[in-house]
Amino acid sequence: MLEIRDLHARVEGKDILRGVSLTVKRGEVHAIMGPNGSGKSTLAKVLAGHPSYEVTSGEVLFDGKNLLELEPDERAREGVFLAFQYPVEIPGVSNAQFLRLAYNEKRKHLGEEELDPLEFKDLLKERAQIVEMDAGLMSRSVNEGFSGGEKKRNEILQMAVLEPKLAVLDETDSGLDIDALRIVSEGVNKLRHADNAIVLVTHYQRLLNYIVPDYVHVLYKGRIVRSGGKELALALEEKGYDWIKDEAEESQPSAASA
Amino acid sequence: MSSIELLTNKEYKYGFVTDIESDMIPRGLSEDTIRLISAKKNEPEFMLEFRLKAYRNWLKMEEPQHWPNITYPKVDYQDIIYYSAPKQKATKASMDEVDPELIKTFEKLGIPLTEQKMLAGVAVDAVFDSVSVATTYKAKLKQHGVIFCSFSEAVLEYPELIKKYLGTVVPTNDNYFAALNSAVFTDGSFVFIPKGVHCPMELSTYFRINNSESGQFERTLIIAEEGAHVSYLEGCTAPKFDKNQLHAAVVELVALDDAEIKYSTVQNWYAGDEEGKGGIYNFVTKRGACRGRNSKISWTQVETGSAITWKYPSCILQGDNSIGEFYSVALTNHAQQADTGTKMIHIGKNTRSNIVSKGISAGKSNNSYRGLVKVLAGAEGARNYTQCDSLLIGDKCGANTFPYIEVSNNTAKVEHEATTSRISEEQLFYLRQRGISQEDAVSLIINGFCKDVFRELPMEFAVEAQRLLGMKLEGSVG
Repeated sequence: MLEIRDLHARVEGKDILRGVSLTVKRGEVHAIMGPNGSGKSTLAKVLAGHPSYEVTSGEVLFDGKNLLELEPDERAREGVFLAFQYPVEIPGVSNAQFLRLAYNEKRKHLGEEELDPLEFKDLLKERAQIVEMDAGLMSRSVNEGFSGGEKKRNEILQMAVLEPKLAVLDETDSGLDIDALRIVSEGVNKLRHADNAIVLVTHYQRLLNYIVPDYVHVLYKGRIVRSGGKELALALEEKGYDWIKDEAEESQPSAASA
Repeated sequence: MSSIELLTNKEYKYGFVTDIESDMIPRGLSEDTIRLISAKKNEPEFMLEFRLKAYRNWLKMEEPQHWPNITYPKVDYQDIIYYSAPKQKATKASMDEVDPELIKTFEKLGIPLTEQKMLAGVAVDAVFDSVSVATTYKAKLKQHGVIFCSFSEAVLEYPELIKKYLGTVVPTNDNYFAALNSAVFTDGSFVFIPKGVHCPMELSTYFRINNSESGQFERTLIIAEEGAHVSYLEGCTAPKFDKNQLHAAVVELVALDDAEIKYSTVQNWYAGDEEGKGGIYNFVTKRGACRGRNSKISWTQVETGSAITWKYPSCILQGDNSIGEFYSVALTNHAQQADTGTKMIHIGKNTRSNIVSKGISAGKSNNSYRGLVKVLAGAEGARNYTQCDSLLIGDKCGANTFPYIEVSNNTAKVEHEATTSRISEEQLFYLRQRGISQEDAVSLIINGFCKDVFRELPMEFAVEAQRLLGMKLEGSVG
C-alpha cells in the first residue's frame, strides 16, 4: 500500500530525513520510534504533504500512485490520514460542520452522494461512541477549549469518520493520562482491520502495550537504523535509545559527523 | 518552502456595463446644477431650499482627508456628472413599461423585477445611476399601510412626511459628504411603517452605478412609527471602470416608541484592480435615531467592495431603554482601504449598545475600525459591549483599531475587547489534511471568524455573504 524509497526531506534549510525506506502493507501496523529530533514527526508531515517540508529526493508510492505529486487535500481524499500531535483550533467552525464537510469531500471523491446534516448527525453519533466522545463537543468550535485528551480523541473520531486507508498517528499518546490513553487506543484498535494500515509515531513504548504493532522501526538521524517485531519496542523500553545510537554511529560514521 | 502569499482575486462578475441611452446634465456643480436637478424632479420649493442650504454649507466645509486612515487623490467635484438617468417614460403604470434593457440588467444581477419572477417575500426598489427604475410589491405593501417607494416619488406624494423627517437625523451640515449628498441627491428609497404594523415582507434596495462619469448620491429614509417593525436590506454593484466613481449616500432611520428597524447591507461595489486602479469611493453617512422608548435599531453590514470605504453607521439612543446594535464584516483585499465602524450615542436611561466588528485584511490593503461610544450625563445605567476582531491574511496588509470612549455618567458600563489574528499555515494544513480544498479551507476559516455577524443577517443574505467572501478571497492565500 505504502512504499517509501530513499526519502530525503528538509525543513527551513535543514536536512531531517536522510534516506528513509519503508514498506507498509494492508492490514499492518507499524510503529516508528526514535529519540527526540530523529525525524519521526517530519516523516509523518511529509507523508501528509505539509507545505513547510521539502522533499529533496526519493519517492513515495501510495497504492501505486506518486504521493508526492499530490496536494495535501488530494492525499487525504486518496485515503491518507494524519492524526496531529498538536491539533489546531478553528474558531467559529463547529466540529460537526467541519467533519461533515470533510466527510462529504471524501464521498464526492468516491462518486457517492453527500450526506445532509441530519443523516450525518446519525453517522457522527455512532462513530463518536468509538472514542466515547461527548455529543456536546460536536457543536463546539473545532478543538477550541478542548482539553489535551479531548483533542486527541477528536483526532481519532475524525479517523473513524473518514475511514482512511492509511492512518499516520503522530505522537497520539503524548499528553494523555492513563484513562484517555486507554480510550484512544481502544478506539484505534476498533478501527484496525485487514484493509487499512496504521503507522504509529511514538517516543514511548507504553502506547504499544495497547496498540500492538506488527513491526517496529527505529528512526535515528533521519534513517531507519533498526527494524524488528514488537519485542524491539520492549528492548528500547528496557535499555533506552543509547545502544541504538552507539550502534548507528559505528555503522554510519558519516551520519555522526553530519 | 511555503508562505502565505497573495494571488489574484476572482473576476468581479458584476463588472458589465449596460448600453442604454441616458439623460445627463453637464458635468460640474453649482447652484444652477442643483436647481436643474430639483426642476428635473419637479420638486416642491422646500426641497430646493433644503438642497441649496446644504450646498452653501458644503462650500464652507473641508473634505475629511486627514483623520481617516485612508489616502486618495483629491476628488475634482467639478468633473462629476450629478444627474444621469436612463431615458424612459416618466411614470410607469406597470413593470411592463420599464425598459427591457434595465429589467435585463437587474436580472443579470440576480434581482428579477417582473411580476412573474419577483423574489417571494422581498420587495425591491431598483436604483440605476441617479434614479429608481422600479419598485416591486408596492400595492401589496400599501394594503398594510406600508409605504415603500422611490425617494423622488415620496417627495411628490408624501411631502409632509419628508418635511417632518428629512435631515433630522443627519443634518445638512453634519459632514462634508452628507452636505454634498443633501445638495445633489437624486433618488433612493423611502419607507414608512405606520403605528403597530410589522412589515409583512423584507424590503430591499438594489443600487447600481452604470455611468462611468456620474456619481451616485442616494438618500434613504426609513420611519418606523410606534410599535412598527421592519427589516431592510441593501445591495450594491458597479461596472469595472479605470476611473474612480464617487458614491456619497445618506441613510436616515427613525424609530419611535417600541419600534424596531433592522438594516442590513451587503456592499460589493467594484473595488478597483489589483494595483488599485478604478473602483468606487464609498463615502457614506448612515445614522439611526432611536427616538422612542424601548426602540431598537440594528445595523448589519458586510463590506466587501469599493476602493475606499468611509462609513460609520451609528445610533443615537435617545429613548429610554433603547438599543443600538452594529454588526460588521469589512473585508479588504489588494489595494482596498476601509475606515469603518460605528458611533453609539447614549442619551436615554438604560440604553444599551452592542458592537461586533470583524475586519479581514488581505493583499496590501488597509482596514481600520473606528468607533465612538459616548455616554451622556443623563444616560443612567447605559451599557456598551464592543468586540473588535481583525484577521490578517499575508504580511503586506494592515489592520487598525481606533476606539473612542467618552463616558459622562458613572453608572455606565462600557466594555471593549479587541483581538488580531492571522490565518495560519497550520490551520490550513489541518483542514486540507482532512480532504478540504485550499479555497474551501480559507472560506471555512473566514466564515467561522465572521459567524457572530452572519447570524444577524437574514437567511438568504447570509448565504450570499458567505459566498461573496469566499469569492473575494479566492486565491488570496497560497
